[in-house]
Amino acid sequence: MQILRYAIYRFGTMLLTLLVVSVMIFVIINLPPGDYLSNQIAELQATGQTSGVAKAEFLRTEFALDKPLWQQYLIWMGFMPGPHGFSGMIQGNFGWSFEFDLPVAEIVGDTLWLTVLVNLAAVLFVYLVALPLGVLAAARAKTWIDYTAALVGYLGLATPNFLLALILFYYGHKYLNLPIGGLMDPQFEGEPMTFEKMKSILVHLIVPTFVIGTSGTAAMMQRLRANLLDELGKPYVETAVAKGMAESKMLVKYPLRMAFNPFVADIGNLLPSMVSGSVLVSVVLGLQTIGPTLLTALKSQDQFLAGFVLMFVALLTLIGTMISDVLLVILDPRIRYEGREA
Amino acid sequence: MSPLLTVEDLSIGFGRGDAVVSGVGFEVNEGQTLALVGESGSGKTVTCRAILRILPRTAQIRSGKVMLHGRSGGLSLTDLGERKMRAVRGDAVSMIFQEPMRSLSPLHRIGNQVSEVLWLHKRMSESAAKKIVLENFERVGFPDPERAYKSYPFELSGGMRQRAMIAMAMVSRPDLLIADEPTTALDVTTQAQVLGLINELKQETGMAVILVTHDLGVVANMAEQVVVMHKGRIMESGAAAPMLQAPAHPYTQQLFDAAPSIPANPEPAAPPGEDDLILQMKGVSKTYTMRAQSAWKPEVLIHACRGVDFSLPRGKTLAIVGESGSGKTTAARIALGAELPDRGGEVLFRANPQGAPIAVHSMNRAARTAFQKQAQMVFQDPYSSLSPRMRILDALTEPLEIHGIGSKSEQRDRAAAKLRQVGLNDDMLMRFPHAFSGGQRQRLSIARALMLEPSLLVCDEPTSALDVSVQEQILTLLEDIRDRLGLSYLFISHDLAVVARIADEVAVMRQGLVVEQAPPDTLFYDPVHPYTKALIAAQPTPDVDRPINLKLVAQGAGSADTWPDQFRFTDDEAPSLTQVQPGHKVRCHV
Repeated sequence: MQILRYAIYRFGTMLLTLLVVSVMIFVIINLPPGDYLSNQIAELQATGQTSGVAKAEFLRTEFALDKPLWQQYLIWMGFMPGPHGFSGMIQGNFGWSFEFDLPVAEIVGDTLWLTVLVNLAAVLFVYLVALPLGVLAAARAKTWIDYTAALVGYLGLATPNFLLALILFYYGHKYLNLPIGGLMDPQFEGEPMTFEKMKSILVHLIVPTFVIGTSGTAAMMQRLRANLLDELGKPYVETAVAKGMAESKMLVKYPLRMAFNPFVADIGNLLPSMVSGSVLVSVVLGLQTIGPTLLTALKSQDQFLAGFVLMFVALLTLIGTMISDVLLVILDPRIRYEGREA
Repeated sequence: MSPLLTVEDLSIGFGRGDAVVSGVGFEVNEGQTLALVGESGSGKTVTCRAILRILPRTAQIRSGKVMLHGRSGGLSLTDLGERKMRAVRGDAVSMIFQEPMRSLSPLHRIGNQVSEVLWLHKRMSESAAKKIVLENFERVGFPDPERAYKSYPFELSGGMRQRAMIAMAMVSRPDLLIADEPTTALDVTTQAQVLGLINELKQETGMAVILVTHDLGVVANMAEQVVVMHKGRIMESGAAAPMLQAPAHPYTQQLFDAAPSIPANPEPAAPPGEDDLILQMKGVSKTYTMRAQSAWKPEVLIHACRGVDFSLPRGKTLAIVGESGSGKTTAARIALGAELPDRGGEVLFRANPQGAPIAVHSMNRAARTAFQKQAQMVFQDPYSSLSPRMRILDALTEPLEIHGIGSKSEQRDRAAAKLRQVGLNDDMLMRFPHAFSGGQRQRLSIARALMLEPSLLVCDEPTSALDVSVQEQILTLLEDIRDRLGLSYLFISHDLAVVARIADEVAVMRQGLVVEQAPPDTLFYDPVHPYTKALIAAQPTPDVDRPINLKLVAQGAGSADTWPDQFRFTDDEAPSLTQVQPGHKVRCHV
């Protein structure tokens, strides 16, 4: 009950934060002088293409870019009626991409959930690999197991992701017949979901997951090992051993749970860093994720597209932190009962 | 009948280093308590861990044999496979540890952690285990076992956590209980109750106990057999009573002489003269406000000090004695000007007999700087009160630099002089703190406090982190420099026996109130307040003829409602501090 109340409270603060973030995103995008259309108009006038100018001017009024900035924001968010009534983010209209001459929703539609998919797979990979390896490295500290794990980990940290991607593509294709590039075979693109399409996506996911996940895995493994080693020196571990518990069972029940808190708290930060961190990898691997789209949109001041992508990343982050906060409260009674009378 | 546990020729070493325990052997009989006595580094803890083979990974048992003749016949614990060893741990032999605060997992409920023993060893169902655990909780003195079962460790006090640990150790009805300094981290009245509980459980179940301790007073109260260890070897072993009366080995003798104790036959002392007071506290109270949990609930007020009146004559020692949370440290911090008292309280300091007293809490900047030179502090933990990255020379001369006293070479000379004054060598100036033992470090922090040549020293439990023999040396040093330099001490301690020796006057504090105040001999001769009586009764003395009187402890250390009428509070209003005899004040109704 208490936890539910906390979750609702956290959800409320999340919405509030999102609102503040939206203002900041909008302001920052509009900080450079001019916008996509005024740039285009200037260019068109310079080259003497007057017909294009008319169209661009039309778009300017159509998307209210001629209004003051604060009104633009309110219209973009949907708090204020624009040229076509209330039609902003909260009404589900994500705006227009001038660069691609398409609605934002259509451009990002597919890539949106593919991004989520790739990142979720990478996060899962990080946790699934780093957890057991980190625990093993700590439990067998200063043995060859520990040293091997550390060596592999540091190799993972030190290898540039795109290089790893190229190497894996080459050998993956040569020996395992893994596909190169993309997130599905070309014939499935734009097709409705079928079993075949799913299989194609899964096979395509293998290399990207590995590439995006390795450095995170290495970092997390080393941190888990350090945390766990700290915990292993604490008296309650001795108590558990003196009780007659087997080592593996004891490790999981007591010190691991204590050492795990920072990693739960980390879920929130993991998501955005993967989106922005994997741009290069996405370009190299030819993944249809949102990272490269964001990059082009920012470069060309395609403001609605950039704004939407940034909002989406912010949302991911906030959801991530909310999940980790609620999980922490469930996992750690000391946080749950803070302030409760003893 | 063969003994329950036999340890023969046990040697233990870390890595490739020399053995830290060598040739140790002893026997524990059924239903008896064996005390393993020694100072830190004596190998007593390593020895008892070796019995259960829960040594740190780098330590190995190099030779020796540990035999257990318990419920499952004879077992050689040193040769047992790991799986069978696990079956012994927590079942036939269980263990409790020194720090109840940290020996329980903070993330699991007490009930879960205690029941686990039964799940592991008796393969009991959760509900069957719970029934037994609840019985055990009731037995070890939890007022509400159901609630304790559901509690997390951080919701319980230190004494209650140690009871939970004991319940955990007892729940499997072990043949042998190993208790590693089970009461060192506890207040003296709690210690008395926990020791009493262990004794009762021992009598009820007929288990044997190995009690690891550094406190001969605890030994006298608990043990039938004693093994005295020093630097990994046994110095002396045998039956407790004769050894405590006439220790044969010089080391045991030395331990005895160092152990502070309350005098057996005290005489009342003359009331102290109150002519030249260096420090006076008048009506000092301190209230902390805890933020309320929600906007609708009122804020919680914590009265750390309530109407404290002290006066400290020049060249004398006033001791404040109390348990954790009694407000003794708050009082000292206020005396030093480190904390503001509530309105109406006043602290007066008189730097020299002729000068006018100055109010510590309404000084201007210059006066404050002058006062700081006059009043210095010695801290409790010598391990954390010296910066590990500063050379001794720098640590000692820092106060001089702050106050801009002397040239570099003068500062250095003074540092060297102070080192010699506290019994260290001036060639140690360039070393770092890690090169010193605990006792030496405490000498260093005394030297640092003396650097500004103060007239008042506030000592906050300066010996409680030290071994008894070192404690004895530090107390001697403090007495010596007090008399030589004419210092006055405000001495804070939880240990009446330590205070008995150094103080000219003792104030006993409880829950922010001074309940009794008198010269120590008067206090021991004629304690009036039930809480003072409890403190004195709870103090373990190394004398088998003076066991802890648990009844007195329970009576005085309980809540104020259980005290006799004349000491009781009326509507939260405490009786006033009344002079019952010249120099002897008690908080009671007349």
